[in-house]
Amino acid sequence: MDWMMYLKVFLVGGALCAIGQALIDYTKLTPARILVSYVVTGVILGGLGIYQPLVDFAGAGATVPLTGFGWLLSKGVKEAIAEKGLLGILSGGLTATSAGIAAAVIFGLIFALIFKPKDKS
Amino acid sequence: MPYRIGKYTLGFDQPPAVLSYAAVGSKKESEGPLKDAFDFIEQDSYFGEKSWERAESRIQRESVNRALEKGNFDPTDIDYIFAGDLLNQCISSVYGLRELGIPLFGLYGACSTMAESLSIASVFIDSQAAKRCAAVTSSHFCSAERQFRFPLEYAGQRTPTSQWTVTGGGAAIVGIGNKPPFVRGITTGTIEDYGIKDANNMGAAMAPAASATISRFFKDTHMNPAQFDLILTGDLGYVGSGILLELLEREGLDIHRQHNDCGLLIFDREKQPDVQAGGSGCGCSGSVLCGHILPKLQRGDLKDVLFIATGALLSTTSVQQGETIPGIAHLVYLSSQAQDEAFPTRERASQFDGRKEKR
Repeated sequence: MDWMMYLKVFLVGGALCAIGQALIDYTKLTPARILVSYVVTGVILGGLGIYQPLVDFAGAGATVPLTGFGWLLSKGVKEAIAEKGLLGILSGGLTATSAGIAAAVIFGLIFALIFKPKDKS
Repeated sequence: MPYRIGKYTLGFDQPPAVLSYAAVGSKKESEGPLKDAFDFIEQDSYFGEKSWERAESRIQRESVNRALEKGNFDPTDIDYIFAGDLLNQCISSVYGLRELGIPLFGLYGACSTMAESLSIASVFIDSQAAKRCAAVTSSHFCSAERQFRFPLEYAGQRTPTSQWTVTGGGAAIVGIGNKPPFVRGITTGTIEDYGIKDANNMGAAMAPAASATISRFFKDTHMNPAQFDLILTGDLGYVGSGILLELLEREGLDIHRQHNDCGLLIFDREKQPDVQAGGSGCGCSGSVLCGHILPKLQRGDLKDVLFIATGALLSTTSVQQGETIPGIAHLVYLSSQAQDEAFPTRERASQFDGRKEKR
């Protein structure tokens, strides 16, 4: 087993989450805005080709946080443009992320049916 | 009859008495320092209902019913009920009080509702429009999160300045009586807006309102903070309380010794760290007043208390559109005595006015 990989995933993933926590604690940004800005940042960094090296370096540490979702959107668009031309700008993002989105909807539905929300106490 | 003292304050010729009161809480409240103050505690945040909104209605109904029971009253003995809560269109009050058949005035004063309802009930009593009135309010952590922030299902993170909405309620029956506690006077707040925009920092948004109302009370009545055992603000929490003391100090009023805050009394911030800056919500000041303060006034442990419930008058729409958060604070002067030298009588109050006119 590649223990170094685990360490890299932990450090990169943890650092991305720590930035989010700092934004909650020290700025007035709402969680929803932080969430959206993470995705948008991922799209921009992915589009500029800066995020890919981070994914190669840290794997899930870079793909699981929301910036990874943004990166996947940009990656999908790039690939779709290469394949289908201009139409790919519109279709590529959702094609690449379709598994994640469908999983979120399906598991969200299943768990909403099984469980009842509780407060955090 | 009520009479005016200065510009903002009303005094009562025959101070209405709080005849009965009750407080309701839930799990987190029962783990806090005031656990013995509640008449009814339900550990399950659903209160046996199918939604948190229904649970909050149940809190309000339970608060009124317990207060009626304790005072040996029937709903038909109550002429008016003044009620409000935090949910859209005050549905906790509507559904909670639906079966009581008491004429209702629905109020919206955000978390200042306990003082607002108690104020109006007292004016109704002293003006002889009613023999007995009920003042009631409630809040629920889970329904308030859905109303003002995010539904809990979304599982958002909380910021350190945010306060914890109390799951609870308070009800007071006001009428003519010769036993304490008495409502001696009220000072009604104006809308104060200092431009705070952070919906997670409501203590800071409400502190200027509390400061304005408190300083007006002292100006109107020519009294001073040393004449009170307790100056209790509603739910400024840790952050807002600090700002209040600072604002009043700038006006030359030092209330360090007398001041406390319902949001700081109801939870132990060290042992219950997830409450962050303290408790909030209508049910915070409502249950602390009706469960903790009124009994102390009745026993004589406290003699003179200024109760200032504070409200942040925001809506989800106004926050999303980037509006500032206006605050309001209503003051109720509660005492274990119906009369004394310190509080201006009708005659003395009219002299205050005369002096002003001469200037």
